[in-house]
Amino acid sequence: MKKIVVLGATSGIALEVQRQLTSRSCELLLVARSPQRLTEIQADLQVRGAPHVLTYSADLSCIAQHDGIFEFAHREFPDFDTVLLAYGSLHNQKVSEASIQVLLEELQVDFVSAAAILTLFAADLEHRRMGCIAAITSVAGDRGRRSNYVYGSAKGGLSLFLQGLRSRLYPAGVGVITIKPGPVQTPMTDHLPSAGRFADPHQVARDIVRGLERRSPDVLYTPGFWRWIMTAVQLIPEIIFKRLSF
Amino acid sequence: MHKPAWNDQLPGILEAAEPGSLLPFGLGRSYGDSCLNGGRELVDCHRLNRILGFEESTGVVRCEGGVSLSDILQVFLPKGWFLPVTPGTSFVTIGGAIANDVHGKNHHCAGTFGDHVHQIALHRSDHGLVSCSSRENPEMLRATIGGLGLTGIIAWADVQLKRVGGPWIDSESIPFSSLKTFLDLSHESNDHFEYTVAWLDCFSGKNVRGIFFRGNHAADCRKKFHQKRGPKLPFELPTWVLNRWSIQAFNAAYYAVNAVKKRAAVMRYDSFFYPLDSIRQWNLLYGRQGFLQYQCVIPEKNLEAFEELLDRIARSGMGSFLGVLKQFGPASPAGMLSFPRPGLTIALDFAMRGEPTLELMRSFDEVVQQSGGALYPAKDARMSPALFETSFPNWRNFVPYIDPKMSSSFWRRVTGSP
Repeated sequence: MKKIVVLGATSGIALEVQRQLTSRSCELLLVARSPQRLTEIQADLQVRGAPHVLTYSADLSCIAQHDGIFEFAHREFPDFDTVLLAYGSLHNQKVSEASIQVLLEELQVDFVSAAAILTLFAADLEHRRMGCIAAITSVAGDRGRRSNYVYGSAKGGLSLFLQGLRSRLYPAGVGVITIKPGPVQTPMTDHLPSAGRFADPHQVARDIVRGLERRSPDVLYTPGFWRWIMTAVQLIPEIIFKRLSF
Repeated sequence: MHKPAWNDQLPGILEAAEPGSLLPFGLGRSYGDSCLNGGRELVDCHRLNRILGFEESTGVVRCEGGVSLSDILQVFLPKGWFLPVTPGTSFVTIGGAIANDVHGKNHHCAGTFGDHVHQIALHRSDHGLVSCSSRENPEMLRATIGGLGLTGIIAWADVQLKRVGGPWIDSESIPFSSLKTFLDLSHESNDHFEYTVAWLDCFSGKNVRGIFFRGNHAADCRKKFHQKRGPKLPFELPTWVLNRWSIQAFNAAYYAVNAVKKRAAVMRYDSFFYPLDSIRQWNLLYGRQGFLQYQCVIPEKNLEAFEELLDRIARSGMGSFLGVLKQFGPASPAGMLSFPRPGLTIALDFAMRGEPTLELMRSFDEVVQQSGGALYPAKDARMSPALFETSFPNWRNFVPYIDPKMSSSFWRRVTGSP
């Protein structure tokens, strides 16, 4: 794992992952919307010893900008071996239920645009027969819940997409890792009531970096106990689950 | 509680706030309410933790306000750079170190943290981003150093690091059993040692006994340096564990172990500077009631006042085992509300037993007030407005520099501001 493209470099989890990657001498291409924030991250990582950090500013939710991102990576950051998709948005569920526009935006950011850009990068890695794609979905994507099914369905759709992609890319020797965090203390979840009990992003980043290094497991729950919680959740019969309010 | 992750979010937070409703918050290591804003809002700056640049030729590092001293050491000590001044814990932010103008074992030769800050970029609700240095807005710089976060939110600061040979300290420990011996040791050591401090047994009264520690950065030696992760106190201890007899016993044992003779050792920097950092959540030793810290400085010419203080401490029977004594140097304060000034400083913990503890501290206040001394806001949870007035007689010069949107529990308590 030497050259990593981070899609969504300003996200809370990505910031921690990037810091930990500098101690592993990885080169980075950081993609996010804000040029100013990218510059700040780049400066910080370079002072901390990152060998090479490039930045590219683009709106990842806008599919028209994906070609620009890919071409830049191909030209200025050739032979990258890992793509980490780390961006997402979490709108208020009630608002998403009431507004079609917000609903579509959520699906666009968390699923549609993600599937689109991963298709672009997947073809390249498949052609070169090497590398690894990793994307952050969520435990929320494991089952549709009353309290967050809009976000959950977008992330769930992405998890399924990655599952198929994994199978397609397997013969070419390209790994696909689905990263499923439980709730994490980042700006995305600050507005939620029990945010104090969420996972430390530092810990989640450690799990992700280890997963990227080992290219395993295929589905990475972080913190690890979420694997067992979601197994149990998925086993609850629908006739009972539909009555639950959580 | 605001939790900005980016500097560009600060203007919006300041704009939207009511007057007197905000206070920046770092890692919350202040002992009292100087970092609290009861019933109002805090701006938690810990995510503003990026290092924006480092100039190898000068050793000046530019950091956002939420970068911790521990972080700086992790990044720069392997490259041969150390903090110019460090307090007793590395778990404070750059913003906090500036806001409290922290001091360390090298105050006698290096002054305070603020003395090594070349420039601060400050977000203010009224003037936007203000650049403060000795050449540009020097008064705002002097207000912000030691300004307890009340002048605005720090966007970044340029801090001068210093070159060292490695992570080791050549240290010595020397027992003493009178104030005079301590002073002699201190005067003699200050010329040859960069770091000096004494631990004292606060039950020993006027004939204070303790261990004098002094040290210098060592040239790099062959010993391998491993990062260590210390134990963590998982829960509060019952209140009765720390009592007069257990603490006296601890103090007696500690003194005995160290008083064999003068001892020299090469120590890890973290053992020398941050002995408590390795015991995470050490405050839980004091149980649910917690503890109060008392740190004051008394001018050296008022030695009898200092002796009186030591006497009152010993007679109370309520002392702690974490008594620290140091002679401050002659440097004039870097900030308008800076605590360190020439004299002797003593810092003590007292288990909080309610009214008796507060009464005891009021009796100390009398001594401090009469001798023209001062109390340290970063450690204080209960000083009176009168004592604040004598500690910082020019505090009104600071008021014009307070950002209209900022306030703190401490400030309201000691100045009666709304």
